[in-house]
Amino acid sequence: MPEIRNFTLNFGPQHPAAHGVLRLVLEMDGEVIERADPHIGLLHRATEKLAESKPWNQSIGYMDRLDYVSMMCNEHGYVLAMEKLLGITPPVRAQYIRVLFDEITRILNHLLWIGAHGLDVGAMTIFLYAFREREDLMDLYEAVSGTRMHATYYRPGGVYRDLPDSMPKYEASKWHSQKEVDKKNANRQGSMLDFIEAFTDRFPGCVDDYETLLTDNRIWKQRTVGIGVVSPERAMQLGFTGPMLRGSGIEWDLRKKQPYEVYDRMDFDIPVGATGDCYDRYLVRIEEMRQSNRIIRQCIDWLRRNPGPVMLEDYKVAPPRREEMKADMEALIHHFKLFTEGFCVPEGEAYAAIEHPKGEFGVYIISDGANKPYRLKVRAPGFAHLSAMDEMVRGHMLADVVAVIGTQDIVFGEIDR
Amino acid sequence: MSDTSTQLAEHLQDRLGESLQDITVATGEVTIEVAPENLIEVATQLRDTKEFGFEILLDVCGVDYLNYGKDEWATEETSGSGFSRGVEAQTAGRLRAVTGDLVVEQPRTPRRFASVMHLLSIKNNQRLRVRIYAPDDGLPVIPSVISVWSSADWYEREAFDLYGILYAGHPDLRRLLTDYGFIGHPFRKDFPLSGNVEVIYDPEKQRVVYQPVSIEPRVLVPKVIRAAKVTEPETVAAGAAAEPPVAEPAE
Repeated sequence: MPEIRNFTLNFGPQHPAAHGVLRLVLEMDGEVIERADPHIGLLHRATEKLAESKPWNQSIGYMDRLDYVSMMCNEHGYVLAMEKLLGITPPVRAQYIRVLFDEITRILNHLLWIGAHGLDVGAMTIFLYAFREREDLMDLYEAVSGTRMHATYYRPGGVYRDLPDSMPKYEASKWHSQKEVDKKNANRQGSMLDFIEAFTDRFPGCVDDYETLLTDNRIWKQRTVGIGVVSPERAMQLGFTGPMLRGSGIEWDLRKKQPYEVYDRMDFDIPVGATGDCYDRYLVRIEEMRQSNRIIRQCIDWLRRNPGPVMLEDYKVAPPRREEMKADMEALIHHFKLFTEGFCVPEGEAYAAIEHPKGEFGVYIISDGANKPYRLKVRAPGFAHLSAMDEMVRGHMLADVVAVIGTQDIVFGEIDR
Repeated sequence: MSDTSTQLAEHLQDRLGESLQDITVATGEVTIEVAPENLIEVATQLRDTKEFGFEILLDVCGVDYLNYGKDEWATEETSGSGFSRGVEAQTAGRLRAVTGDLVVEQPRTPRRFASVMHLLSIKNNQRLRVRIYAPDDGLPVIPSVISVWSSADWYEREAFDLYGILYAGHPDLRRLLTDYGFIGHPFRKDFPLSGNVEVIYDPEKQRVVYQPVSIEPRVLVPKVIRAAKVTEPETVAAGAAAEPPVAEPAE
């Protein structure tokens, strides 16, 4: 008679379904998980320590690289914390632009999530559909900041610059005929806001397509219904936030409950799940995309009608305009001081939280009155979610681990920091 | 927002007054300081009492107050010899790897290490910050709150890893973020920014090996403290134009 014993399986760190560099040590009884021990830190870059050695302004770019699929939301958390300590409020137009881009970022994030989650549990097509729409949103990032991913667009006191009047266009080449290019450029003729509006007209139909592919799909439901169930009490105990908490039936959204920027002027609903399984969290995120679309439309409408400054004109924190620097000595000195020494933030501490696509993204800063943060702590939503991995997969089959990783929307940039 | 935070501060004073070392309200946020011996009791009350109802522990953050308030640049007086205003400083960016002879002075705060928790109440829609100073700077020990909030598990492991704060009662206090076999606690202020070791591929041994870092310490921007000069509205005329000139839509 052969000896029967538990089997330890090493999942990752180089596994396509591990969403990056997750190493999971799984103790298996046959195909059932007895214990899961995630090993993280393979992408640890000590962002917080690096930020302590740089002037406040120069760390905004690091924030993009935390959760590298929802870049501007990370910046938002950091910038908001700084603004809280500095005691400044950006102009209203900048606040609307921030809300606009937060929601664009939420769609970006959820599109990647649905693509990767689908791919992990065997739905190939959805990935290609999701990336088609992501491309347009990436173009928006590029149009407004110059880069497709790491934008560094939010600054203390506003945003770096106003929305552009035109969208960049494709050009004909040896490989792409004029006719082909004209078709691609059809919705790029107007301003950037026109381009976003065309997207929001089209996008609800795209979400319908995703739902046609998945919502009633038998295989999808077999893989997600009843998998990784978390009760509302446990969800709170485990520190869940965002869609993970709402999937368990708790109606909690910082955009509604502790509104920042101009979210209190927006009209939108909070989707809530019922059972707290992977399928409910899927439905919550799908509905969030539709709601984000609504918010974007409201922002477009307001931004069209209300031109204005997008950056504070307090030269102690925001750089002066180029034209002024050419003529005004004072402006030149401000510019020089701002980019060599940076600005000093008054002594104190602040915690600013935003409703990040993945949950509550909080930034806790301690300042001792210097031009560098004394301590910066990033509260990443994914960190708390991943720490509950053991509890969520215990008793499930090995294949369900992949479904749970997918539903947690794991991104290692923010977990390892 | 500030109304609710003063209200919360009053409730805290009423219910837990004698177990708290300090209550402050700043920028609409309430901070309490708790002695380690009272922590578990206070934490349980914060979770279970109706006025508090802090069901979620959002974050545990280690802090090292070693260099707090020390700058690298003289801002008050100019030097008589040459142009430099740099002052002797020991911030992490200037430390050479494996020095070990850093002069440790008593920090300005009561103790060197602290653990800061952020709590959230969904029921009452309020937040609270709890700071616990570790009584011994050499061997910082703070009780673990894992029995009160399960989410403390990884947060405390992280703070242990990065700061060496020991959470008494934590069932599985292993390193979390750093490499297997890592030596030291990298987020301490006396740990060099460059780290102590780097990895290279050794073609002879045909594997990756550790060696002391070859990075020279270098600071591009010195740490400067200019107290209270930032918020002074010197550019009043320009700063006042913060609001856009266009009227708000009525909606």
